[in-house]
Amino acid sequence: MQRNVIIIGSGPAGWSAAIYLSRAQLKPLVFSGEKAGGQLMLTMVVENYPGFPQGVHGPELMTNMRAQAEHFGAEVMETSVTRVDFSGKMKKVWARTGTDNAEEMYEASAVLISTGAESVWLGVPGEQELVGRGVSTCAVCDAAFFKGKKTVVVGGGDSAMEDTLELTKFADSVTVIHRRDSFRASKIMTKRVLEHPKVQVRWNTAVKSIQGDKSVTGVVLEDLKTNEETTLQTDGVFVAIGHTPSTTLFSGQIDLDEKKFVVTRFVLGEKSLTLAQGAMQNGFLQFPTMTSLDGVFAAGDVVDFRYKQAATAAGYGVMAALDIEKYLES
Amino acid sequence: MSAQHITDADFQNVVVKSDKPVLVDFFAEWCGPCKMAAPILDKIADEFAGKLTIVKMDVDENQQTPKEFGVMSIPTVVMFVQGKETDRKVGFGGEQGYRSMIDKALAGQQ
Repeated sequence: MQRNVIIIGSGPAGWSAAIYLSRAQLKPLVFSGEKAGGQLMLTMVVENYPGFPQGVHGPELMTNMRAQAEHFGAEVMETSVTRVDFSGKMKKVWARTGTDNAEEMYEASAVLISTGAESVWLGVPGEQELVGRGVSTCAVCDAAFFKGKKTVVVGGGDSAMEDTLELTKFADSVTVIHRRDSFRASKIMTKRVLEHPKVQVRWNTAVKSIQGDKSVTGVVLEDLKTNEETTLQTDGVFVAIGHTPSTTLFSGQIDLDEKKFVVTRFVLGEKSLTLAQGAMQNGFLQFPTMTSLDGVFAAGDVVDFRYKQAATAAGYGVMAALDIEKYLES
Repeated sequence: MSAQHITDADFQNVVVKSDKPVLVDFFAEWCGPCKMAAPILDKIADEFAGKLTIVKMDVDENQQTPKEFGVMSIPTVVMFVQGKETDRKVGFGGEQGYRSMIDKALAGQQ
């Protein structure tokens, strides 16, 4: 069976595209993946998604987006894609959907990549050994285990601020460790963190290693100005230093940038500018969300290293859906 | 049928004294990744019924068992064979991850 369009990934970009493409009667097939819903499944309340004055729970938002896509006829497979072949006119995608988990092949005229991004680990000694024993990338999931305990959060962006505030509900103290002398998080989140009585900040500091046998007992810190090393006692280490795009599946098939983000014609950097310049027609950019390969589109955090918001990802997904609709007509 | 819920009070009888391997899913209602794991574990529970038991423990309502086994992150899935921990997976493990834990435990049984 040859389909119109396959969507890989099920964050706000994937579901928004699925809503538009299903309303356009194109019957998209969504591979939601095992980590369906993406990063928003790991958040508590999303306060900046338009339309929810009281905020909305991340998982609830994603469940609703999915329901909306299915309502208009999107087909959903809850498996992860195992490999792809985009070289031909028909784009091929494999997933373990057969009996006994056998791989099956799916074909479509267009593919949308909306696989998003995943947390980056520190990569210091002790970290992987202690995951789930005090080391975590999901404060929303694990904060409750640190009632009355000492914790640290590593990072300086919005997700580090969210983790810090979540931990203050349970932990006795939260120390934020940050490499620079100011946070890159939004002003409102930064203010809440800096004004919180349970929070301390160690600026210009990096984590060298994590200590502990059965569970975390401390971290070795380096002052980046003096190179002085100190040990801080702690029961938990929450890592929030950023995300890396989920693009391993596509490497070698479409252009990725030096940080492995998918390059589209939508200009965010040097490589996308070059692609865009080759796709101008009568002064208009054709299919801004298309990648370096015809028929392969991308949207959301897998492309976007700049804005990275739930709302921008949703908008991106809509742009891709409209581009795909036009592409399929041509 | 799907994975049964157990409490601190049941743990000895259902898990420690079981003659079959038991997979325990430590979860909470408000945890996103736990919601991803739940339907997979329910499905697998039915498939392996009779050979292996899969149970769930809500860490909000039961604190003693998670503490005893050093569970500090959810979801955490722990395999018990003859009442002893033999394997554990922290964070969402994916269907393949859970299946390979089960295969390993069942292989050890023969």
